[in-house]
Amino acid sequence: MTHSNKITGAEIVIKALIDQGVDTVFGYPGGAILPIYDELFQQKKIKHILVRHEQAATHAAEGYARSTGKIGVVFVTSGPGATNSVTGLTDALMDSVPIVVISGQVPTFMIGNDAFQEADTVGITRPCTKHNWLVKDTNKLAETIHKAFEVAGSGRPGPVLVDVPKDVQFASGHYTKKNAIDTGFLKNEPPIDLKMLDEVIDRLEHAERPIIYSGGGVINSGQSAVHSLRNLVAGTDFPITSTLMGLGSYPASGKNWLGMLGMHGTYEANMSMHGCDFMLCVGARFDDRITGRIDAFSPDSYKVHIDIDPSSVNKNITVEAPLIGDVSNILNSLTKRWKERGSKVNQKKLSTWWKSINDWKGVKSLSYENSSNVIKPQYAVERLEELTKSYNRFVSTEVGQHQMWAAQFMGFEEPNRWMTSGGLGTMGYGFPASIGIQIAHPKSLVINVAGEASWLMNMQELGTAVQYRLPVKQFILNNERLGMVRQWQELLHGERYSHSWSDALPDFVKLAEAYGIKGIRCVSPDKLDDSIREMVEYPGPVIFDCLVEKHENCFPMIPSGKAHNEMILGEQTDENTISDDGAVLV
Amino acid sequence: MSLKLKKGVNKQSAYNLRDPNLDYEAAHTLSIIVDNESGVLARVIGLFSGRGYNIDSLTVAEVDPNGHRSRITIVTTGTPKVVNQIKAQLNRMVPVHEVIDLTLKGKAVQRELAIFKVVGNGNQRVESLRLADVFRAKVVDSTLKSFTFELTGTSDKINAFAELMGPLGLKEIARTGIVALLRGDNSS
Ligand SMILES: Cc1ncc(C[n+]2csc(CCOP(=O)(O)OP(=O)(O)O)c2C)c(N)n1
Ligand SMILES: [Mg+2]
Repeated sequence: MTHSNKITGAEIVIKALIDQGVDTVFGYPGGAILPIYDELFQQKKIKHILVRHEQAATHAAEGYARSTGKIGVVFVTSGPGATNSVTGLTDALMDSVPIVVISGQVPTFMIGNDAFQEADTVGITRPCTKHNWLVKDTNKLAETIHKAFEVAGSGRPGPVLVDVPKDVQFASGHYTKKNAIDTGFLKNEPPIDLKMLDEVIDRLEHAERPIIYSGGGVINSGQSAVHSLRNLVAGTDFPITSTLMGLGSYPASGKNWLGMLGMHGTYEANMSMHGCDFMLCVGARFDDRITGRIDAFSPDSYKVHIDIDPSSVNKNITVEAPLIGDVSNILNSLTKRWKERGSKVNQKKLSTWWKSINDWKGVKSLSYENSSNVIKPQYAVERLEELTKSYNRFVSTEVGQHQMWAAQFMGFEEPNRWMTSGGLGTMGYGFPASIGIQIAHPKSLVINVAGEASWLMNMQELGTAVQYRLPVKQFILNNERLGMVRQWQELLHGERYSHSWSDALPDFVKLAEAYGIKGIRCVSPDKLDDSIREMVEYPGPVIFDCLVEKHENCFPMIPSGKAHNEMILGEQTDENTISDDGAVLV
Repeated sequence: MSLKLKKGVNKQSAYNLRDPNLDYEAAHTLSIIVDNESGVLARVIGLFSGRGYNIDSLTVAEVDPNGHRSRITIVTTGTPKVVNQIKAQLNRMVPVHEVIDLTLKGKAVQRELAIFKVVGNGNQRVESLRLADVFRAKVVDSTLKSFTFELTGTSDKINAFAELMGPLGLKEIARTGIVALLRGDNSS
C-alpha cells in the first residue's frame, strides 16, 4: 500500500468509533489524548459530552449503555484521567455493563520513565476490566478498538480499556474495517445441554412450590429474553421475584410479581425463596445480598441456574442444574420443549403454594408508619412513583437507604428503565448515570433518586447538566445522614453513630441557583405532591431537596449472616409485633 | 432498635464464610494455553492473587512460536469447588485458549529441573557425588570446594535429593517449577 492509504492514529480512533456506530462519547481531555480531541473537533458524527470528572464519564457511559442496550464510550487522558476512571470500570465489571474506555498514554518511548502524567494504566485496570490493551503500533489500533467493542458487548458484557500512547496517535498507519477483524478470540457458547434441559422440565412440571428468580442477565440478554421470561411466567403461573439488577424484566404490575428479593426484599419474595422446592434462577448470580446465610439458603429446593458465564455457576451456591448460555436462547429452548411436552404444571399444588404466598403478602412487609408533620422517605418515594409512573420515565439512584426504598416502592414495567449500582454499590453513581441516560433519551423524564451524601460525591456534574441543557431531576432524600451506615450502626454496632451524619451540607436550593437551575425544597408532607409536580413540569434540571425523617430505617431487612426466614420486618415496638412465626425478630 | 449482638459475633455472616469442605483440598496441575502477549502472565497471576487462590508452582514459556502461544503450568491447591472456579475464571480471560486439568484428565508426566550448589570437603564431597550418581544428577560445574548438580525429575525426587544434600553442604537451590503433559498419544 502507498503512504496515502495511511491515516493518523487519532483519525483511526475516530473512524473506528464511527464504524462501530458510536454517536456519543463522554470524556475529559488532557495532554496525552490531545491528538484524538483534535480529530474529534474536526468531525460532526460523534457528539462529545464534557463531564466534570472522569469518574462521572464512566458512570454516564454506564447510564447510557444500560438505558439503550448499546455500548458506552469514554475518553480520558493518561495518569489522573485514567485513574479517575477506575471506580466506573469496576462498577461496570460488577454489574456487567458494556463500556469502552479509551485512555491517552505518554509516548511509547517514555513509558516506564515516570514521565509526566504517566500511570501504568493497563496494570491498574487489569483487574477491573474484562480485558484491556496497550496499543504500541498504529497499524494495530483499529483492529484493537474493534476487538474491544466485541469483547465489551459479547457474552457477559463488561468494561474494556484501550490505552493509546500519544506517539501512536500521531503516527500514521493502516485502518482495518470493523468486519475485517478476526473474531476467533471470542468465547464460544457451549451447545445447550438437552438432557439437562429435559430433567429441568421434568422438575418444573412436578414442582409443588416453584419460584422464578431473575436478574440483570435477563436485561443484558435483551428484549427477546424479557419476552420469553414473561411468557414462561404467564404459561406456568409461577411466582417471580427479581434482584436489584433485574427489576423491569417482569412488569411490577404483573400478577405473579412478588417484588424484589434479598437483604431488603419483600417478605413474600424471601419466604418463597426459602420455602420453594423448585428454583429457576435466570441470569442472576446468588450474590451474598441475595442469599443471606449460605448454609440456610433455600434448603429444600432443586435449583436451576441459567447463566452465560460459567464462572457464576456453583460459585456461591451449588445448583443441581446448570444451564450455560445466553438467557434468551436457553429460555426459548426451555419454553419450546415444555410446550412440546404439553405445557404441564402441578396445578393443584401450585394453588396451595400461591395461598401461602398470599398469606405472606398479607404481612405487608413494606408498610411503614406515616406521619403528617414530617415526610417519611418511603412516602416521598411512593408519591414520586405515583406522580411519575405514567411518564416515559427512567430512574437512576445513588447508594444507600434511598436506593432500597426506590427499589421497593417504584415499579418498572419495562427493562432498561432502572439504573443503579448493585454489585459495587458506588455512591456517586446516580447523578452522572442520569446524565448519560438523558443524553440517550432527550425527551424522557429522567430522575435520580439520591441520598444527600451520595449525591455530593459527584455534584460537580451540575456543570455538565447545565452545559448540555439536560433536564435531569435530582430527587434528594435528605436525611442529613449516611442513612444506611447509620442504620447498621443502630442495629449492629450498639447505636454508636461513628461519623455517619452529613454535616456542613450546602443549601441545595441556593446551589441550584448558583448554577442557574431550579431548586425546590420540600419539608412538609402536604406540600409534597405539588412540589413533585413542579419538579416534573419544570423544563430544565432540578435539584429537589426533600427533607425527610432522619432516623428512618429501611425494612424489611435480612441482617447479614441471617437466613431468608429470619427477616426483621420493622422496628421492634409493642404496637408493632409481628404475628407470623416465620418472622423472627432478632 | 439495636439488635444487641455481641461484639465480633459474625460467625455466620456472608462476609465471613469459610468453605466447610476444606478437608477435601487437593493439588491440581493446570495446563493453560495462552496468547504470548505482554501482560498475559500478570493477568493469570493477578487472577490467582485477586481471588485468593493458591499457586504452589508456576512455569511459563512459549511453546508455539508461529501461533504465539505459551503454555503456563500451574499447580494449585483447592477444594473441587474452588478448582472449578479457578478453571472457569481462567477460561473467561480473553488471551486464554484452553485450560486443561491434568489431574482430572488422567495420568500426566510431571517434571521439574533443579540446580543445587553443594560446598564441602573430603568425605562430604565424595558422598555428595555418590548420591548424585544414585539420583542421576549431572555435575554441571565444579570447583575444588564445590559441585553444582543438575537434576530432573518429579518434585518428590527433587525434594528427596535436597534433603540428602542438606547435611552435605547444600548452599543454594534453583528450581524451575513443574512442567507437565498428559501421558499417552493424545494431545490434551
Ligand atoms: C463510594 C462509597 N463510599 C462509601 C460507601 C458506604 N456507604 C453505603 S451507603 C452509605 C450512606 C449513603 O448516604 P446517603 O447517600 O445520604 O443515602 P441514605 O442511606 O441516607 O439514603 C455509605 C457511606 C459506598 N457505598 N460508596
Ligand atoms: Mg442520607
